[in-house]
Amino acid sequence: MPESLIPIYIMGKRYEVPEGLTIMKALEWAGYQLIRGCGCRGGFCGACATVYRVPGNFRLQVGLACQTPVTPHMNLVQMPFFPANKAIYDLDKVGSPLETLLQLYPEITRCLGCNTCTSVCPQKLQPMYYVAAALRGDFARAAELSFDCIMCGLCAARCPAQLAPYNIAIFVRRYYSKHMRPKPKHLIERVAEIRAGRYDQALSELAAASEEELKKLYVNREFEKL
Amino acid sequence: MEMPYFPGCTLYRKAENLDASTRSSLAALGVKLIELPRWTCCGAVVPLARDNYMGMVAAARILADAAKMGKTLATVCSFCYNVLKQVNYVMQRDPEARQKLNNYLEEGYRGEVRVIHALEICRQNPSLRAAKDRGSGYLRGLKVACYYGCTLLRPAAVALDDAENPAVMEEMVAVLGAEAVAYPLRTACCGSYQVLHEGALVAQKVREIIASASAAGAEVIITSCPLCQFNLDWWQERFSREDGGFRPVPVLYFTQLLGMALGVPPGDLGLERHLVDPRPLLSGAPL
Repeated sequence: MPESLIPIYIMGKRYEVPEGLTIMKALEWAGYQLIRGCGCRGGFCGACATVYRVPGNFRLQVGLACQTPVTPHMNLVQMPFFPANKAIYDLDKVGSPLETLLQLYPEITRCLGCNTCTSVCPQKLQPMYYVAAALRGDFARAAELSFDCIMCGLCAARCPAQLAPYNIAIFVRRYYSKHMRPKPKHLIERVAEIRAGRYDQALSELAAASEEELKKLYVNREFEKL
Repeated sequence: MEMPYFPGCTLYRKAENLDASTRSSLAALGVKLIELPRWTCCGAVVPLARDNYMGMVAAARILADAAKMGKTLATVCSFCYNVLKQVNYVMQRDPEARQKLNNYLEEGYRGEVRVIHALEICRQNPSLRAAKDRGSGYLRGLKVACYYGCTLLRPAAVALDDAENPAVMEEMVAVLGAEAVAYPLRTACCGSYQVLHEGALVAQKVREIIASASAAGAEVIITSCPLCQFNLDWWQERFSREDGGFRPVPVLYFTQLLGMALGVPPGDLGLERHLVDPRPLLSGAPL
């Protein structure tokens, strides 16, 4: 069966690509070699955020290039990285969390609630509401609302108040996990086991294994039960 | 009775005791406040230019969300009340602003929600009369200065009472068995945000307001505004440190006084969070 080609526009240039490809595969099919802006290719890492429009719809659409199929006349560009204010902090030295947040990211108070961040989130999160929760010191809520953030950066790219919501969120989640949530007992025990050398031998065996043995081990690996 | 409720950011941190005492004292009056499931800062100040639509987006969205929950939206922070009510007024009266904001928000909101302040809920509440008895006289004869500040009353179009001669707080105080003192500066501005860069100006305003209330014999001041409370409380604590002769007047949220009268457990009122400690004065009450 002959391949069905559809027109797409990559950075404004027209290409004919096979129908059914993801944006990422279409980029490669069109001849682009991706050495940045692609990571896990499984929809998790957030490296391949892409913005696009289709004719007849004024709305900017977003997707991860590795997950989003091309459609006819899609006009796209990858936005794999966006410069964002990224604060340095030591979680052991943070005093009042809200005051620290305001010092690290004072621009958070510039949020007017336009909700552009929410409209551009490929994870369908609501960055405006986790920013609002963080701003009122409700770190539990902000952590919960931002939990599935993959830090693709699109919210920062679009924010008219120039916030980087995802960097605000990761400070909140780090602080919340370290200082507010109960410590998970099983994790403490597991770290102690690792320190005591429980996995040293298994690790040495893996390091010494041949490629063939590794492939076999990988195929037969245990999956976490859902 | 349940009522959708917008607490506002400050009530999550600096004024947690305003939130807690509002929820618990209104619950004692049979009004259960249901916090909006999602909300942002209201904007805190309303844009003075009517075509500054961006500054009204957040409040308009909050109102449109509230409309999906009910006919009223309760709030207690004076600033939130003022912003929500002013933007609601714009949504009701200004067709161009309404169209612009609805177009942006993709909503069809026309100002149908009634923004209601906790003081208005009290005024309408039939249980409040009965509270006089339940109060068992903790507050009997307590001389209370009701402090309105600006944002409950100005501009007049959004005032929750007569903007020149409000009475809603005094009426509540009287029902609770305490005595509202008359003093001239009850609707004066405390200096508000000027505290950030014009501390001396706010200090002067606070001195005048306290002197006015004290001259009328006030033993305690009540307010519904976290910023008025902060300004009056913080500067008085400082005056006391600098001048041993200064006699500070504790500044409470009206909901704390109400809660005491209604028998709300003292732990739910957060009286210990104020800088000028009101507890010695109220030691007759079971705190």
